[in-house]
Amino acid sequence: MSNDIKPRIELKGITKAFPGVLANDAVSFKVEPGEIHALLGENGAGKSTLVKMIYGIMQPDAGEIVWDGEPVMVANPKAARKMGVGMVFQHFSLFEAMTVLENIALGMDGSLSQSKLEEKIREVLHTYDLKLDPHRIVSTLSVGERQRIEIVRALLLEPQLLIMDEPTSVLTPQEVAQLFETLRRLSKTGCSILYISHKLHEIRDLCEAATILRGGKVVGECDPRKETPTSMAEMMIGGNLKQISKAASREFGDDRFIADGLTIAGQGDFGVALDDICFTVRAGEVFGIAGVAGNGQNELLLALSGEEPSSPADAIRLDSHAIAEMDAVGRRNLGLCAVPEERNGHGAVVDFSLTDNTILTARDRMELSSNGIVYGGAARTFAGQVIDDFAVKTTGPGSLAGSLSGGNLQKFIMGREILQNPEVLIVSQPTWGVDAGAAAAIHQALVDLAENGSAILVISQDLDELLALCDRLAVINEGRLSKTLNVGEATIDEIGLLMGGVHGDPFATAEMTEAVHAH
Amino acid sequence: MTESLLIPIIMTIVGAATPILLAALGELVVEKSGVLNLGLEGMMLIGAVTGFAVTATTGYAPLGVVAAMIAAAASAGLFGFLTLTLTANQVATGLALTIFGIGLSALAGENYVGQTVDVFGSVFPAALAEHPVLRVIFGYSPLVYVSLLLVAAVSWFLRKSRAGLILRAVGESDLSAHSIGYSVIGVRYMAVLFGGAMAGIAGCFYSLVLTPMWAEQLTAGRGWIALALVVFAGWRPMRLLLGAYLFGAVMTLELHAKAAGFSLVAPEFLAAMPYLATIAVLAIISARKTGKSLAPACLGKPFKPSS
Repeated sequence: MSNDIKPRIELKGITKAFPGVLANDAVSFKVEPGEIHALLGENGAGKSTLVKMIYGIMQPDAGEIVWDGEPVMVANPKAARKMGVGMVFQHFSLFEAMTVLENIALGMDGSLSQSKLEEKIREVLHTYDLKLDPHRIVSTLSVGERQRIEIVRALLLEPQLLIMDEPTSVLTPQEVAQLFETLRRLSKTGCSILYISHKLHEIRDLCEAATILRGGKVVGECDPRKETPTSMAEMMIGGNLKQISKAASREFGDDRFIADGLTIAGQGDFGVALDDICFTVRAGEVFGIAGVAGNGQNELLLALSGEEPSSPADAIRLDSHAIAEMDAVGRRNLGLCAVPEERNGHGAVVDFSLTDNTILTARDRMELSSNGIVYGGAARTFAGQVIDDFAVKTTGPGSLAGSLSGGNLQKFIMGREILQNPEVLIVSQPTWGVDAGAAAAIHQALVDLAENGSAILVISQDLDELLALCDRLAVINEGRLSKTLNVGEATIDEIGLLMGGVHGDPFATAEMTEAVHAH
Repeated sequence: MTESLLIPIIMTIVGAATPILLAALGELVVEKSGVLNLGLEGMMLIGAVTGFAVTATTGYAPLGVVAAMIAAAASAGLFGFLTLTLTANQVATGLALTIFGIGLSALAGENYVGQTVDVFGSVFPAALAEHPVLRVIFGYSPLVYVSLLLVAAVSWFLRKSRAGLILRAVGESDLSAHSIGYSVIGVRYMAVLFGGAMAGIAGCFYSLVLTPMWAEQLTAGRGWIALALVVFAGWRPMRLLLGAYLFGAVMTLELHAKAAGFSLVAPEFLAAMPYLATIAVLAIISARKTGKSLAPACLGKPFKPSS
């Protein structure tokens, strides 16, 4: 049949402009039926805009979308779903206070009684061997389970094309493996998959074809199975990717930053209690804390940075100072700087200029203010220095933090803290949503800071990042920290098992830790 | 003997509770969609004066009620245009609507001050409605029964219907609802108009049933109590019913205390009771740190789609 050779979807010269930016410039590519096709590109390369147009959230200014050989106008997401397009969003479009069932019902067009729908959901769960309780409230679920809701929601529509936007950024290695299994099964039924991710080795494992975008244009196509992550990254950034340069064997100094039996009761319904957290970061060392989101990382960051003081005072020590009862300003004056996970509103004030944002954390250490008076000129100079040293793409220190792309703002925030030359730097998710080029720059800056004798603590869900960056690491699960592992001695699988999941058994984790240490 | 004392008390409590129940029920739906309309008091006054004027002119109370609903919904539509289409600040716009409603109703009602109207007949035969004991069940204005039916209807709508599910979704996460493809602004307009219509009925309950006459600021701040009631009820219609009757009881305290010759505390203090109770309830609810917040997550946040 001639229908069989028609591509599932073909984009012809899709162009979309926003004020001041050409987000997509004559983008053309096609996806065959049953193909798992990767869409690669740095932040701001135009991937999200492109898939939003396929899913009908935006309309292209020019160009044509051809579906199964027919030119189509995708007026809205409803029309896209009717056509057979399903989408799993990067930021889940879920309703926290509602049940799984209600969330799925909201994504379905046309009425279906709750019991009928539940029956269909159980059928899909069974077919794809997924675990999910339809009656749980979403806010009580782990990130992996939340993603499963989105996937089930998409699968119920029996899609012909499934768009996955950064689906694995928050999953454990085991959950990733399970997701890939589901996707492969789905593609065997003839469903095409358009897969967007920063994680190049995953793309190499999963995808059969890839289109690479840079600056809104298609700059190349490749077969990921024949490429290396580095070669794909270089196509994405259009240049050579810098590897982290790290002295092979390094001398570590004295214990610099110590948590000794840090215990904090959980706050509210969804807070995680920290239970007897113990670790030691030596001068010159990068120490990693791995774990799936929601296992106490936020609580740990707040406790360590001083946003939430705790007691007894010597549960956290910086050199010889017992600092657990100090607030963040006091700790910063002792040389402890912190970069939280959330950039907008926590790491930076979106509606403040970059200059004003430097004053917020650097005012004492960089002498940007005294006696209650702010030195605007000094702050501007310092902000300018951060922008220059960390190659932040912006129009200048006066531009609003919110006007920067995620990766650029992250570089700015990291630069602001690193240039203060801290004794201890605590960073959560340093490269979350940051593209390969910027991530490499951030990693290098952290390693360089450590080589100057600072103690660095990196909290991240990205195991590859931790393994590349850290000297030692530990895994946090349900507010408990595993024993410290030396990087290079534990395998990804073992660490993945320690990460367990939100509903993992902490005692099993402890046993696993023993097992990892035993060999 | 007790029934001659108790029955009038119950009947005044129901009378005091019904308008705040109606107004709060409308506001509950509005807030569930993620919009905070603080203009309840103003909309009630617009409804009160319109209902009275139309009834006084036509002599037909049901027509007055319909006109009150339309007028109050129109003022809500103005609020919706400012806050939803132009994304003006909801709190400021709501307060402005209240002030606007107070002024407009005073102006429009000038010629009606002191007039009286023919009020609603009873829905039940006189044998029941005027029976010395059974009137406690059958002797109310039709609007009282309407309010009870509406509580059940809204409760069912929010929990069981698909439209109610979408409305809750819009209030819970506007961006998610938008990305799935629901019209956030459209849903919120419908909710705001419904809230306005309900405030209109609540308003004309004062001018057509309770007093029945028109005077400036007839609702005397009851709109604010209705707003507090929504929070008190935790955004649940059935609890709203309970809360409204509780507040109704507190509000009638003063009247009955006066009638009974109770003089231990100043009557002004008793008159202030509902408002004090409102403050106390709000303080207690906000102080409960543990337990998840029951408020819709997007309450009061303007929705601006990124594309």
